[in-house]
Amino acid sequence: METLLNDFSPGLFIVQTILLLGLIFLLVKFAWKPILTSLNEREEGIQNALDAAENAKKEMENLNADNERLLKEARAERETMLKEAREMKDKIISDATEEANAKAGKLIEQAQAAIETEKKAAMAELKTHVASLSIDIAEKVVKGELSDKKKQLALVDSMIGDATLN
Amino acid sequence: MKIAQKSIKTYLFALLALLSLTLQAKEPANSHDAGEVDTKEEVKDYIVHHLKDSHDFHLFSYTSDGQRKHVGFPLPVIVWSSEGLVTFMSSEFHHDDNGHVIVEKGGLKFTKIHSKIYELEEGAAEVAFDADHHATNAHKVLDLSITKSVFGVLLVGLLMFLGFSSLAKQYKKKQVPTGFGRVLEPLVLYVRDEIARPNIGEKHYRRFTGYLLTVFFFIWILNLLGLTPLGFNVTGQLAVTACLAIFTLIIYTASGNKDYWGHVLWMPGVPVFVKPVLAIIELAGHFLIKPFSLLVRLFANISAGHIVVMSLIAIMFTLKSELTVVGATGLSLVLSFFITLIEVLVAFLQAYIFTMLSALFIGMAVEEHDHH
Repeated sequence: METLLNDFSPGLFIVQTILLLGLIFLLVKFAWKPILTSLNEREEGIQNALDAAENAKKEMENLNADNERLLKEARAERETMLKEAREMKDKIISDATEEANAKAGKLIEQAQAAIETEKKAAMAELKTHVASLSIDIAEKVVKGELSDKKKQLALVDSMIGDATLN
Repeated sequence: MKIAQKSIKTYLFALLALLSLTLQAKEPANSHDAGEVDTKEEVKDYIVHHLKDSHDFHLFSYTSDGQRKHVGFPLPVIVWSSEGLVTFMSSEFHHDDNGHVIVEKGGLKFTKIHSKIYELEEGAAEVAFDADHHATNAHKVLDLSITKSVFGVLLVGLLMFLGFSSLAKQYKKKQVPTGFGRVLEPLVLYVRDEIARPNIGEKHYRRFTGYLLTVFFFIWILNLLGLTPLGFNVTGQLAVTACLAIFTLIIYTASGNKDYWGHVLWMPGVPVFVKPVLAIIELAGHFLIKPFSLLVRLFANISAGHIVVMSLIAIMFTLKSELTVVGATGLSLVLSFFITLIEVLVAFLQAYIFTMLSALFIGMAVEEHDHH
């Protein structure tokens, strides 16, 4: 202990105190402060960059989800539109067919009716023509028959004969 | 700017090299007291001498023409004597460390005994010793010399300032430092994130990081410097470790908040009659135990390391007769190699522990307790 105390140099202690104070002062001013400030700034910069990247990633994910949703909606809409169009097409076709059928039926009926009336008219005309023709013939025949007295008598005889037969 | 700094560094090293070379010639080779180191007693003396601070920068010695020659350079001696400040170069003692050489300056006589400067009393021509080898007619003076330790502190301070201010400058131009700065940056981050932040807390750590960084690198580089053959033993000087410990003491005393002092002086939650006893214990812990644990741990670890490494190197001489020259040298080399490796680890560890404990003590003083 005595040697230790004897070895303790107060002068060295004083000099060391002054030098250490000076060293701390100089280093803090010219080294530690600028170094620590720049290190902090750098770390903050890195942290900010990381945060920004994380945010961008999140935004990207959101965007992707949005896109996905929009795409799905669009697809569904297309589906329904296609379905509607198909239905409409079917309906139009069936309507058109029905209408055509109906029209055709009507036309046929009208035609048949027209044919019938034409037929009837023709028949009637034919009948009158035939009747007049028969009358003409009968007239001519009667004229021929009645021009001779014998013949008139023969006729009367035959007619009386027919009448008695009936 | 960078080129200018580089050339400054180159000049510095060139100057150091030149100084040691030129002074080799200047140094008079007329000192005989520190002869060859061979016996166990001489080894012990050499180690004890090394552990102390010295007034000149001694690199090595050799014997030529029967004379002991020393290679190194002198350092300035600055003492506060009875007549005020006196300065001269340590070379005037001619490597004497036993009070034989008397230096006269400004009418005062000085001599050096065991690395301490003594001022002789009026009328005394040479130092008289009593039975315990204490000087009877001379007294110690306040020695403010640029001793080897002060030289080491200045050197480390300069290196730290150059290294870290250049790192600070790099950040002005770019985000990530290049070159040597890339080595320094993780160390700074280590101290900030592993020592300051967890021990002091997110809110207050910034105020103390500067001190902790300075102390950490100061101790670490000086510890490592102590392992070089230059023979520094700065962190093994009680005055240096005491100074560092007192700095920490002052910082945590000054920054202690109301909560902390409340806990020290009037511990809440214990019976009233225990409170004064606890206050005494806490005060002793605050002013004595904490700083002493800091200063003694660093001093003892570094001194012990130096003693062990030097003792193992000394096996070369002390076991020469038992193991032959080759055996003793081999054993000494192997053992001292591994112990030196461990010392490299200890150099870091002690710097870490000192800084860590300082941060812990500061953290305890500024901690904000939840109010129960």
